[in-house]
Amino acid sequence: MSTETDQANVPDFTVDATEYEVGQDNVQPFGLDIHNPVFPISATLIVAFTVLVLVFPGASEDFFGWLRPWLTSTFDWVFMSAANIFVLFCLFLVLSPWGKIRLGGADAKPDFSYIGWFAMLFAAGMGIGLMFFGVLEPVYHFQNPPFGIDPENVAAAQAAAMAGTIYHWGLHPWAIYAVVALTLAFFSFNNGLPLTIRSAFFPILGDRVWGWPGHAIDTLAVFATLFGLATSLGYGAQQASAGLDYLFGIPATETTRVVLIIAITAVALLSVMAGLEAGVKRLSEINMLLAALLLGFVIFTGPTLAVATGFFANAGAYFQNVLPLSNFVGREDTDFMHGWTTFYWAWWISWSPFVGMFIARVSRGRTIREFIICVLLIPTAVSILWMTAFGGTAVWQIINLGTESVAEVVAAYVPELSLFVMLETLPLTAITSFIGITLVIVFFVTSSDSGSLVIDTITAGGKTDAPVIQRIFWCTFEGLVAIALLLGGGLASLQAAAIATGFPFAIVLLVMCWGLFKALRVDPQMAR
Amino acid sequence: MYQTIAVPVDLEHIDRLPKALRTAVDLAKHYGATVHYVGATTETPSPIAHNPSEYQAKLEAFAKSEGEQHGVDTKAKMIVSLDMTIDLDKQLRQAFEDIGADLVVMASHIPGIKDHLFSSNAGWIANHSSISVFIVR
Repeated sequence: MSTETDQANVPDFTVDATEYEVGQDNVQPFGLDIHNPVFPISATLIVAFTVLVLVFPGASEDFFGWLRPWLTSTFDWVFMSAANIFVLFCLFLVLSPWGKIRLGGADAKPDFSYIGWFAMLFAAGMGIGLMFFGVLEPVYHFQNPPFGIDPENVAAAQAAAMAGTIYHWGLHPWAIYAVVALTLAFFSFNNGLPLTIRSAFFPILGDRVWGWPGHAIDTLAVFATLFGLATSLGYGAQQASAGLDYLFGIPATETTRVVLIIAITAVALLSVMAGLEAGVKRLSEINMLLAALLLGFVIFTGPTLAVATGFFANAGAYFQNVLPLSNFVGREDTDFMHGWTTFYWAWWISWSPFVGMFIARVSRGRTIREFIICVLLIPTAVSILWMTAFGGTAVWQIINLGTESVAEVVAAYVPELSLFVMLETLPLTAITSFIGITLVIVFFVTSSDSGSLVIDTITAGGKTDAPVIQRIFWCTFEGLVAIALLLGGGLASLQAAAIATGFPFAIVLLVMCWGLFKALRVDPQMAR
Repeated sequence: MYQTIAVPVDLEHIDRLPKALRTAVDLAKHYGATVHYVGATTETPSPIAHNPSEYQAKLEAFAKSEGEQHGVDTKAKMIVSLDMTIDLDKQLRQAFEDIGADLVVMASHIPGIKDHLFSSNAGWIANHSSISVFIVR
């Protein structure tokens, strides 16, 4: 067979294989540049759902309150198999020869330093959760261990608690983000397709992806992202105001919460208007610096030796237990599996279009191997350290010092206070709590600004240079939805609705892996 | 009086820039200057190019054809922008300084979707750069 025939037989998943041009479906009313119909449908759908939930609060809470747990329990096997597949797929990519493929072409140079890049990865997708669950989750699992372990069996409960927590914050969630980010970055930077979720489906659906199947995927991504951000902003305002009340006696009223949402949205607006480098990146770096300060402080003023040895012990416990934790057959600890694991998987997956697309945007110039190591393995190591320092310290205090305050807060399930109660057991509480509450608020800002950029890009058909008014619109819209839901009730139902999108997206992500696999097989960089 | 004339161009809407382009080549002929066409692209695929190298090729082809058509020396200068919506003004100014431009000829108003960019660009550059700016309305 000649080389020419070989080349003619190679399937092409690049932009050369389609007539589609970026932005061809865009319309320009009033000087805007928006995708028709993704922008109008998404905006209308979001308003409609918000109104629906405000008008029928009971019925919508009943429905979504039923739907989300029903999905994560009935389809536990889908979530758990999907997450396992994502981890294996990523590990396979690191080891495969495709690891050397560079995003943006063989000559592309990274736009951001490792520090800046890494700060944005954390700030967009996970930071806020680490603040709320860092203390709560390990202590909760210590009190209610997975695998039916008796909580009286302290050593076993401690190991299982740390392993279970790290499992929810380690390889699996980051693999979910990595799959989406890598796929979008590859199809956009290497294959020339628009930077939007639907492009990942081009190898499967062909040109149909530019029609209604693609509109549906992109709209669902906008829906999940906006409601995911708006509801966590609403809850975050409640939690931050509870923290302010606890720490400084500022009354936790609705006014305080609305002011918090307005303040967070205002800073996020300034950040998106300052741009990716001067705004979003700089804020993420400040954020990471503060988080590192707090982490360092907890390690050095807390049981330093216990944290140091705990890091390795917990990493060991994680790797020992990751297989039984990932198994969904014949599990008896369904409270743990459905209440935590599949809930988390749905949550991470519903955030993945947003976080994945944001990571994709800032990852040009990295090789696939470098990408997976930095998006999967290093964040997992950081999660292990964070959970060890915060949760591990809290558990250590309970076991060795008999500290009751944290245990009581966790038993009463008050996530917003668990961190501050733990910080109270360490010196300089006033300073650390202040850093803590600042971090919580800044993490919300860094999610809000990057989320607005992502929604703006999706609703502009993958164009990243749409008029600035559009990102201002999405950022403000998110704040307004959060305020409406906070005041009218409906945070719970729409958060459940946003997390419920994790189910269709689990399937979407699996298809993405397949599409990426197909496209990598014929990537020209491998022919060099 | 002028040796290096910079002309920011939007390749996507080049048909809307005839006056600025014409002004630039006429001035270049008069002063014997070189015209540098400065174009900005995003890293992500855009309607005009799927990646920066494709954009570079298009910009160079444009500069070459303008040069041949009008008999002036032309060059192409590409800006790759991470966040063009926000960073374009400053990146343009930097590009003008990099090529050592002593005159910028730019359109102040391009009807259509790039209004928000170029309408303010010309004013911003005139305010924030020490280079002479010829704003074509």
